[in-house]
Parts: sequence; C-alpha cells; structure tokens
Amino acid sequence: MSTTLTPDVVVVGAGPAGLTAAARLAPRLPPGRVLVLDRERAPGGIPRHSDHTGYGLRDLHRVLDGPGYARLLTERAAAAGAEIRTEATVTGWAGDRAVDVTTPRGLLRVAARAVVLATGARERPRPARLIPGDRPPGVLTTGRLQNIVHLHGRSPGRRAVVVGAEPVSWSAVLTLRAAGCTTALMTSEHAVPESYAAFTHPGRLALGVPVATRTRVVRVVGRGRLTGVEIEHLDTGRRRTVACDTLVLTGDWVPEHELARAAGLDLAPGSAAPLTDTALRTSAPGVFAAGNVLHPADTADVAALDGRHVAHQVLRALAGHGPVPGPGVPLVADAPLRWVAPGLLRPGDPPPPRGRLLLRSAELVRLPRVTARQDGRVLGRRTLPWPASPGRVFRVPWGLAAGADRRGGPVRIGL
Amino acid sequence: MAEPPAPYDVAVVGAGVVGSAVARELAGHELTVALLDARDDVGEGTSKANTALLHTGFDATPGTLESRLVRRGYALLSAYAEATGIPVERTGALLVAWTDEELAALPRLHDKAVANGYEHCAPLTAGEVYAQVPALGPGALGGLAVPGESVICSWTTTLALATEARARGAAVLLGHRVEAAEPGPAATTLRTTAGDVAARWVVNAAGLAADTVDGLFGHDRFTVTPRRGELLVYDKLARPLAPRIVLPVPTARGKGVLISPTVYGNVMLGPTAEDVADRGDTATTAAGYDFLLARGRRLMPRLLAEEVTAAYAGLRAAIDRDDYLIEADPERRYLLAGGIRSTGLSASLAIAEHVRDLLGAAGLGLVPRTRLPAPPRMPNLGESAPRPYRDEELIARDGAYGRVICFCERVTEGEIRDALRSPLPPAGPDGLRRRTRAMNGRCQGFSCAGEVEALLEAGP
Repeated sequence: MSTTLTPDVVVVGAGPAGLTAAARLAPRLPPGRVLVLDRERAPGGIPRHSDHTGYGLRDLHRVLDGPGYARLLTERAAAAGAEIRTEATVTGWAGDRAVDVTTPRGLLRVAARAVVLATGARERPRPARLIPGDRPPGVLTTGRLQNIVHLHGRSPGRRAVVVGAEPVSWSAVLTLRAAGCTTALMTSEHAVPESYAAFTHPGRLALGVPVATRTRVVRVVGRGRLTGVEIEHLDTGRRRTVACDTLVLTGDWVPEHELARAAGLDLAPGSAAPLTDTALRTSAPGVFAAGNVLHPADTADVAALDGRHVAHQVLRALAGHGPVPGPGVPLVADAPLRWVAPGLLRPGDPPPPRGRLLLRSAELVRLPRVTARQDGRVLGRRTLPWPASPGRVFRVPWGLAAGADRRGGPVRIGL
Repeated sequence: MAEPPAPYDVAVVGAGVVGSAVARELAGHELTVALLDARDDVGEGTSKANTALLHTGFDATPGTLESRLVRRGYALLSAYAEATGIPVERTGALLVAWTDEELAALPRLHDKAVANGYEHCAPLTAGEVYAQVPALGPGALGGLAVPGESVICSWTTTLALATEARARGAAVLLGHRVEAAEPGPAATTLRTTAGDVAARWVVNAAGLAADTVDGLFGHDRFTVTPRRGELLVYDKLARPLAPRIVLPVPTARGKGVLISPTVYGNVMLGPTAEDVADRGDTATTAAGYDFLLARGRRLMPRLLAEEVTAAYAGLRAAIDRDDYLIEADPERRYLLAGGIRSTGLSASLAIAEHVRDLLGAAGLGLVPRTRLPAPPRMPNLGESAPRPYRDEELIARDGAYGRVICFCERVTEGEIRDALRSPLPPAGPDGLRRRTRAMNGRCQGFSCAGEVEALLEAGP
C-alpha cells in the first residue's frame, strides 16, 4: 500500500506562489502540517532558470536574479517549517482534498484539510499556435530555452528569431545572448512592441535587436534542421524569409490547469484558469489557487504575493470561519479585455491580493480609461497612467469595483 | 582481400510496419534475413504518421486482396498486440451521416461490410449517434456502428515486429539506402549508402520509394503518389469528448476527416488528403489547418476549445490502382509489396504471411524454425493499461520508475533508460518520443527537454 500523509495543507507547486504561501502557513500551524509538492528536481519554479535580475521587488523589497530568488524563497519556506518534497508529481485526485503522488521513493497519497493549487503557467508551444511548415528541431518556447541553457548548460543555435516582444521575450533574448546566439529579429503581431519600455533594464542591454511589428510567422522552413522562417506583415500581406537556426516562441501563456480540470473546478472565462473569489477559493470547498495559474502570466513577485494572500485565507478556512459566504457576483471582462482575476466577489470577503484586479487586454490601449459597472450603474471610472497591453497583465486598482453590491448582478470591467 | 560475406537468404527493403512484419515472419524459418532501411530508425517513413486505427476491413472493396488481408490482419494483429503489449483500445467506431446523400449511402456500406465478412455493423438513429458521442455538433442524421474498429499504437507495432525479427536472428541494417540492385547468378547485390548487401531474394517493402526500388529491378508497373495527410492532436483534457472513433461516410466527393481517440489519451482530428510531388514533404500547411478546423468546428465544436498538443503530417503511399500490389518475380528472385496504403498497419501480419506463401511458391525454401524466442514484451505507452508511474511494486524495486521526467505524458526515467538499452534503441529525440512518449505532451518540452536531452546524450 502507498504511504498516506495527512498534513493540514498541501501546496501543489513550489514556485514563488506556493513557496510564499507555505512560508506564511507553516509558522501558524503545528510543526509538520504544511507540505509542498513539486514535480521538478529542485524547488523554485520558473525563476530557477530565469538567469536575469529583477526578481523580488514587490515581495522581498530587494532585487535578485531568478535562481537567487528561487533559493531564497525555498530557504524561507523551509526555515518556516514547511516540508518541501521535490520529484513529487501529483498525478490525480484521490478525494475532495486528497491527491495521488508519484515519487522515486514510492507512491504517496496526501489527504489534507486544504489544498492550494500553485501550478503556474506555461507558454503555448508551436502546435498550439498552429504555425505551419516543416517540423525540424530548433523551435522552442522560452521555458524550454532557459531550461536547456541555464539548467543543463546546452546551447541553442547561432541565430534566432524570437516571436513576441513582451517581457518574457526580452528575457529569451538575454538567454540567447548569454548562450552565444544572436537574435536576428523579434516579431510582434501588435503595432507597438508589447513591452518595449516596460522591460527597461534588460531591454537596454538587448538594444539593437530589430522588432518587426504587425508581423507573424507563417511558415517554418528546413527539413532536418531549421534554416529560416517566413514572416508576413499583417496589414500588407507581404512575406519574406528570415534565415535562422532557432525559433523561440515566447509568451502566449496558458495556465497549468490540468489538476483544476480533473477536479471539475469552475473555470474563468477567457483564461481557462480556475475561477476564484477574492479570497482565492476555487469552486471546490477547501481547494484554493494562487499565482500564475490564475493570471497567466504576471511577474514572479505578484505570484508570490498571491501566496501570502492565500495563506491567510487558508488559515481562516482551517480555523472554521463559517461556510463560504453566498454564491457571489461574477466579475466580467468586456472586450478588448479578455479575462479578469479573481472572478468572483462574495459578501464579507477581503479585497483581492495587493488590492488589484488582474486583467489581460487583447490590444494596446495607451491611456486606458477603465470603468466598472454593475446593473447599469457606474461603480468607478479611472484613467490609468500605465497601458493595457496584450503582452502584460493589466493591473487595475481594486477601489474601482470595491463598491459593488455583492448580492447584485455581474460587475463588468471595460475600457 | 577478405572473402565477401555469404549472401543473406532474403533482404527486405524497408523497415516500416510491412517490412518489419515480413522480416519477422521469414526469420521464423531456417533463413538468414536482413531488414534494411534508408533512415536511422524503423518506422520512420509512412508508418509513423498515420491515423493509427486497427481496421476490421468493413469498408474495403470486397474481393480485393486488401479486403482479405485486412480482415485476416485484424485478427492476427489483435492477438499479437495481446501477446506483446502493443496498446490497443477497443473503442468501436461510428460512421456519422450529415447529409441525405451520406444517409442514403449507409445501407450500402452495411452490405459492403457483410460482403467483406464483417457481420457486426448496426444502423443507428440520430438519437443513438448522440447517445454514443454526445459532443458531436448538431445536424447528424444517423449512423452505422462498427464495433470492431479500434485504435492502436502504430509506433509500438512496428517496433515490436522489428524487435522480434531481430530476436529471431534478422540483421536490422539502418541507414542503408538502396541505390542500385545488381543481379547475379546466385544473389542480388544491393548497393546501399552503407555498403553492399547481397541476398538471394529481395522483398521490396519500401513504401513511398517502392516504385523507385521496383525500377531498380527493371520493372515499370506503377507510380507512388505521396498523399499528404495532416492531423491535429488535441489535449488529453479533450479525451472524454471522443469515446469512439467518428468516421466520415465516404461519398463520391472523397473520404472526409475523422475524429478518433488515441491510445495515448488524446483526440485526433484529420487527415487531410492532398497529393504532393515531393516524397519528403511532411510539412504542415495553413490550408490544412483551416480545413481541419472548419471540419472540426462542425463535427465537434467543443473539441476546438481545447489546446492542440501536436500537429503533424504523414505521407501515404498511394498508387494508381485500387488494391495492394503484391507480386513475386521468381526469375529475378524478387517480390514487390507495393501500394500498401494506410490499411497496411492493420494488414501487416497478414501481408507477411501472404509474402511468405508467394515466396514459397516462387521457390524459396521455407522450413519453420523450432524453438523460436518468445515475442518481446513491449513497454506500455497506452492509457488503458497501467503505466510505470503508478506501479507501486516496480517503483519499490527501482526508484527510476517513480522519477517522472516528462510531466505531461508521465514518462519516467526508468522508461527512458529502458528505451536507450533496448535492442533497437532510438537514434535521437524523435525515436525516443516514439518509444516512450517523452516530450509528446502539451508542453512540448517546456519543462523536460533539457532533462530528456541529457539522458539521451548520456546514453545507456
């Protein structure tokens, strides 16, 4: 028989959100009551292989590189008393708050009083983007690129095209550079690179990389070995071939929601992330979610602060602070906004993490005037000094919707 | 100078599913056998990218060789899969009629099935169709159930056959592209890119290159026209939508696309059918995607809301006639197994028997060997049987089976190691994918590529 563990809380995923949640939970529960599971060989999540600086600003108030940030979050969770198990792959549910786990030391069943899903997000790979053409190796996501370069010391090619011009795209350019690969071109479907200004520091380092705006890759060329990509201008339809031996597909994040789907949790429209309220409860009692599985993908520190937020809500639930208060009011993102997280407001619930609603826009709006409406009434309207950009999570102050009647109709957020 | 090695009794050109089955069959006799392929792995050509259906043969043209061999092959491969652990799922299929023309064609298809010796078809009302596959889009008018149609792992099939051929003593000569054939009094010398291979008899199972190889023997009787079929493989989360294979009703306007569960737990949509000039052109196309998405949207709208995990294209070796072309040429001690289209997977073992009998009739001495090795037990790549990551005892014996490397497909270090140590190890990442499923999942190596590549590099 497999071993059964019965912690108070099991956190699935030892990235910034999961580790931060565990670090908050562990000191407030009896020793050994918080278990973090991660399928990777080492904890830390994506920052482990993001070998550039800029981590930790909002949560730790310091600036670290990715691996350093991952180490520090791990140390803090461990020092707080959380048990972190790596090479522990959650393979399915064994009950409402119980999961089956495969590890090299055998199978585990973990039956907890609360579950936190902190499974993160991944970038859409080539097939999901339906990019036609030959199918040579050399086409990869940023995650895969950084994984092979930073964790395995392998080299990509010599000359790359990077699809996307958002923060993660620049991160890919830096990784390529460190690995001796030139970025010949970045492409963006948008008229303005999604994050040119936003990613100032590494952006400056990487200056000199041309960005082809309003452009998409329409064909991969090369049998056996990648030799180039054909790109098309979206407005003129003009096509040209750019020689490269590496194609990096960046951004276009999707939540790692397999466990959420397997549990039959309600999903947020637009993002397919698990739907949560502002306390980060999912639709299943005792199952919470935090981090980029909810808002694919915001920065690591924002994910970490979700973890801090969810920890307190989990503690409240464990302390038996009554049943979930009412069905709640849905938050709805109106076009060009694609989704909003959290997606539910319930009576008596706290503001969302960091006092922000997180949204994603399908197009660039430079000086977005955001309006929250409910039942025909304007709850709030504000012009924000930062753009709503398709390449970044768009953060909106909670105050805009805070006045909503939590027993009323849907709250619509629009531009 | 050293004496040239003795010629093989038989050289089989092409290590796809058909060539591997033929080599395995012949190696079960007192014969020396070589299995040659131009590529660096078995099943690298048309055998690796097909719809992976185990056909009953219900819709073949009655009276053809194909009809007979598919029917026989279905029984043989079903039993062989059982013996070797090739994943098979007995899903059954539905032909679904969406137009009056298609509806009217169903009774004829039912009769045809009976003429092909398949007695288990049953007509279905529209209500019964939706009861079996509720996620179908609106507008189905009726259907025909074909309960025997199944899905199979085509990669494991070819690999099992070639592995067993090798265990029976056949030489598997990969990277041997045949460029010329020189007849001699006792043996034909095949000039290959990796040196000469001499054999008394030569079997041509070269698939897309079968007409070219046929020409090397002085024949000019058919032309292979590669027919490209593009396929989309949807995320495992879509699997509940497709409990059965949903087949189109063939009409005068062509065969249409199907939706099928896969043994790996995904859902496949395809194929397109496009004749191409280039025998290496397995590129996917924007037009192919548009076509499949348009069809899919009608067939099963909910499927399109799921992520696409893989998109690929295979080439079918279509020829200009409506049956397999399997003929012995006793004078040249040569046999052609050509025109074996996508049904060749189902028919492979029966084709091997048929080839054996033709060779025997043409003068090849066939003495069955006694004490053959047991068939290989293949690693399970299917979702309908337990896989190592959930096998408590296996993990207790060896923790490598509990170390999940490819998270999406749940492939463990133990399985990757086993593939690298197998009798026919992979030549690279693609071969490893076909042996383990590693990196075939929804993230396409986002998480595991580095780890997998390191294991490949470290070798056995």
